[in-house]
Formats: sequence, structure tokens, C-alpha cells
Amino acid sequence: MPSLNQYLILSAVLFAMGTAGVFVRRNVITILLSIEIMLNAVNLTFVAFGRALGSADGQVIVFFVMTVAAAEAAVGLAIVIALFRHRESLNPDTFTLLKW
Amino acid sequence: MMLFYVFATIAVVASMLVIAQRNPIYSVLLLIVSFGALSGLYVLLDAPFVAVIQIIVYAGAIMVLFLFVVMLLNAPVEDMEEHRLIGRGTLRLGAALAAVLGVELVWALTKAGGEAGALPGASVSSVAAIGRLLFTDYAFQFEVTSVLILVARVGAVILARRDEPRSGRTANPANPANPVNPVNPVNPVNPVNPGE
Repeated sequence: MPSLNQYLILSAVLFAMGTAGVFVRRNVITILLSIEIMLNAVNLTFVAFGRALGSADGQVIVFFVMTVAAAEAAVGLAIVIALFRHRESLNPDTFTLLKW
Repeated sequence: MMLFYVFATIAVVASMLVIAQRNPIYSVLLLIVSFGALSGLYVLLDAPFVAVIQIIVYAGAIMVLFLFVVMLLNAPVEDMEEHRLIGRGTLRLGAALAAVLGVELVWALTKAGGEAGALPGASVSSVAAIGRLLFTDYAFQFEVTSVLILVARVGAVILARRDEPRSGRTANPANPANPVNPVNPVNPVNPVNPGE
């Protein structure tokens, strides 16, 4: 049976990969997907710690995180659609109206 | 033990490919694969409720929403060279910072996990226990969540609304408002909308 530390290391790796995706990618949709990877890494941490502590609170928190992720995806994708309508591009480097 | 490594490898490799793909459609589909592997890990952690809603809500609803948007926007493949504000060195620095964050997280989380880190035998896994907790201890948060969903829904509709008819197909002669584009008056890229 895998130990708690293995789950924690896995979730740390997934979170770092999501962060790398946000830093490296130049596509708004891929950046949102990277944020989803990070949210899932956090979910894995919650469930693993909840399992280790023998409480169901971790799973309840995961439920709330998923709700927030759904809301974030809906609003974020609506923003992506509005941005694409104005600039015909998904590259975040083109949205520089507020820069300088 | 074996299953853990199988699922962990699938999750890590699929997530790696998500951020390595140029085409967003492949990214979304690979992320669904990663979520499936994570769902397997939740089953291994005696959390069947989370595993099921991971598949149904995350892979089934949220990712389909992403897929809809990618296909709706005709999925432009990422162009790395156009409109570049930051150089390749900055991107490498970002990736290196993410790797440092990974090392730091591994250090902090394994420290928090304790020395042995072995999972106890007993676990709370029944859906009934989670539901009871959700509607007693977390009842207020649950209601706040419903307000959040409502706000997100209204916000998504307002943000994605096409508020002024520009093309001939969607033009409404009964609505003479907004002869010019008030939302984006300084758009040098597309004075007309070629996406229609």
C-alpha cells in the first residue's frame, strides 16, 4: 500500500507541472488547463491528508474545490471568448491594452 | 502499490503532454486522461465519492465545456513567435522557477506528512458520511457555493454576450443602438469581423 508521502510527492509534481504550464504556454486555453492541473493536484493533497487523518473533511473540501473550479472555468472561458472576439487571437501577449 | 505507480505515471505523463501540446484539443483530451488516472488514485485512497465526481463533473462537464470553447474558437494552434513580449530566456526562467517550486513543495509536503507517512487502515469513505457532513457542518459553505454558481452563470452569460450586432447576419434593424463599437474603440486588428 502506498504511503502518504508518495501521494504528496505526486501532487507536488503535478502542481509544479501546472505552474510550468502557466509560465511557459502562450495560449489562454492551455493556461486555464494548467490551472485545472494545479487544482487537481491540490485535490489529491486534500484527499490524501483526509485519508491519513481518517476524516471525511478532505473529501468535502474537494467537493467545494470542484465547484469553484467549475465556476472559474465558466467565467474564464467566457472571458476567453470575449477576448478572442476582439483580437482574433488566444495569445496572452496580444492583450496589452492595459500595459504601460 | 503497483496500481499506484501505474496511475501516477499516467497522470504525470498525461499532464506533461498537456503542457507540451501545441494543439489545444489534444491538451484537453490528454487532461481528461490525466483526470481518469487521478480518479483511480482516489479509489486507491478509499474516496469513491471524489473518484466518481472527478469523472462525472470534471471530465464529463468541465472538460467538455473546455472542448466546446476550443472547437467554437476554431482552435488556433499556438503561435510561439507572433506577438512575443518575453524572450525564450524568460520562458526558461519560468520553467526553472516551476521546477524549484516543485522541489520546495515536495520538501514541505513530505515534512508535513510525517516520518512514516503510512496510511491508517480505517477510513471514512461512505457517501452518506460525506453528505451528512456537507449538510450539517458545511451547510453554510454549501449555500454560499450555490450563490457562487449563480454569480458565475450570470457572469459567463454577460461576458460572452454579443452586445452589438456588427455582421449582417446577426444585425437587427429594429435595434438602432450602437452604430460604432463602444466596447473596443481602439482595435487596429479587425475593424470588421472576419470570423463571421
